[in-house]
Amino acid sequence: MLIINCPYCGPRDQSEFSNGGEAHVKRPDGSKEIGDREWGEYVFIRANPKGLFYERWVHTHGCRKWFNCVRDTSTDEILVTYKLDEKKPNLNNFKSVVKTPSGEPEVGSGNFTVEK
Amino acid sequence: MKKKYSIFSLAKNALSGHKEWPKMWRSPEPREFYDVIIIGGGGHGLGTAYYLAKEHGLKNIAVIEKGWLGGGNTGRNTTIIRSNYLWDDSAHLYEHSLKLWENLSSELNYNVMFSQRGVMNLAHNEHDIKEIKRRVSANNLNGIDSFWLSKEEIQKKVPIMNTDNLRYPVLGASYQPRGGVARHDAIAWGFAMRADEMGVDIIQNCEAHQIRTKNGTIEGVETSKGFLRANKIGVVASGHTGVLAESAGIRLPLQSKPLQALVSEPIKPIIDTVVMSSAVHAYVSQSDKGELVIGAGTDSYNSFTQRGGFNIIEDTIRAMVELYPVFGKMKMLRQWGGIVDICPDASPIISKCDIEGLFFNCGWGTGGFKATPGSANVFAHTIAKNEPHQINSAFNLDRFASGRLVDEHGAAAVAH
Repeated sequence: MLIINCPYCGPRDQSEFSNGGEAHVKRPDGSKEIGDREWGEYVFIRANPKGLFYERWVHTHGCRKWFNCVRDTSTDEILVTYKLDEKKPNLNNFKSVVKTPSGEPEVGSGNFTVEK
Repeated sequence: MKKKYSIFSLAKNALSGHKEWPKMWRSPEPREFYDVIIIGGGGHGLGTAYYLAKEHGLKNIAVIEKGWLGGGNTGRNTTIIRSNYLWDDSAHLYEHSLKLWENLSSELNYNVMFSQRGVMNLAHNEHDIKEIKRRVSANNLNGIDSFWLSKEEIQKKVPIMNTDNLRYPVLGASYQPRGGVARHDAIAWGFAMRADEMGVDIIQNCEAHQIRTKNGTIEGVETSKGFLRANKIGVVASGHTGVLAESAGIRLPLQSKPLQALVSEPIKPIIDTVVMSSAVHAYVSQSDKGELVIGAGTDSYNSFTQRGGFNIIEDTIRAMVELYPVFGKMKMLRQWGGIVDICPDASPIISKCDIEGLFFNCGWGTGGFKATPGSANVFAHTIAKNEPHQINSAFNLDRFASGRLVDEHGAAAVAH
């Protein structure tokens, strides 16, 4: 289970939070001109990377505030959490541990905490 | 040479201490060019190669697999097979698969241990009852065996179940007698062996890195064993399908999450059917070894770690112990996760795409095992003919633009 650092309340157990999927998704401009396909992409398609991922969480059973997060989906390591009005961090600041696109990281399956 | 398995071959090999069994498939080095490359050596991928060779006469086929055969979700699921889906499109697809399962052991001359012990889906509240009765009627209209069981009939079939003294009492169930379980490894090995006999190259420890395209047409795939050229590529990589699609510039509506399962220590036969409950989220059947095979849920967040969160199995075990108090003191032997790719409508994608020669069979989410032969069969048709089989025509990529979804989220009798 994850320990998530709520930017408002500090580190709490994952069971207090709900996941909100990909962060920084922008609704397309010019809804009159946009075709079904582009709308479909906006409605249905979300990033699904193996590695660094911008995502949203909400502290459901705490302060009930939404915030953003960068997590490595190959290890579940949470690299940073930040408030909604903060600038999104550059992914180059973090080291991706996935060596090949579909490969496993050296210390996988959430065992990074053991390493540290 | 075609490998035959019978009581005689078993006796013969017993005399030589089981040391003379022939290898089930070759392990060739990849050639430079293939007519079709299938990425993903699980049941669906190997089955696709089998049907491409058998029904469509293609010979120059390779299946590439980053690990070992059936080591992904084929080896990580709870092996439940049923076809009692609500919507016509799904019912036809899963029934097609169930019919193939029924004849698969003799077709492959390899025992896939398909055991039609029946599948029960429990109702725990008024809404469940209405929803399940509606589904039973829809199944009957599609010619699928499915009927309603009262609480008393459930108690007769599964005497160990606690139907009354729990938070969500058991009020009834749907029952599909032709449903059941099968041996997960056997389906991969059986397809692999027979595909190999027809000349399919099965290449393990060969990870696909990037799908290469040129002017909207497929060129081939970069792998850990070099670049392989191909006329057509079928991607059947479950949780990693999205990663591979991205490398070809295609965005798929998939989210990858760990789905967990666990098995108990082996015990004497105690439950002779499959019982599923979506409301409290616990599925159970008993393997031939005697272990209880228990299905849990998916994590709420995207992840590629093949283990999942502890809170998920905690919930499932809580429900199990409430439903079957007799299991309360049992020990669990193993727990694991498989990375499933979930579509927004909880239905699969078996489709071509904008790139000529590139095909996807993905989005099976939490219920792909039951579909293995059917999915492989219609996917082979789609690849060979460049157009979908009638059965999988609804499961195309266009539905996410047209809005004609096959919404099986609540309808499929399980919560995804």
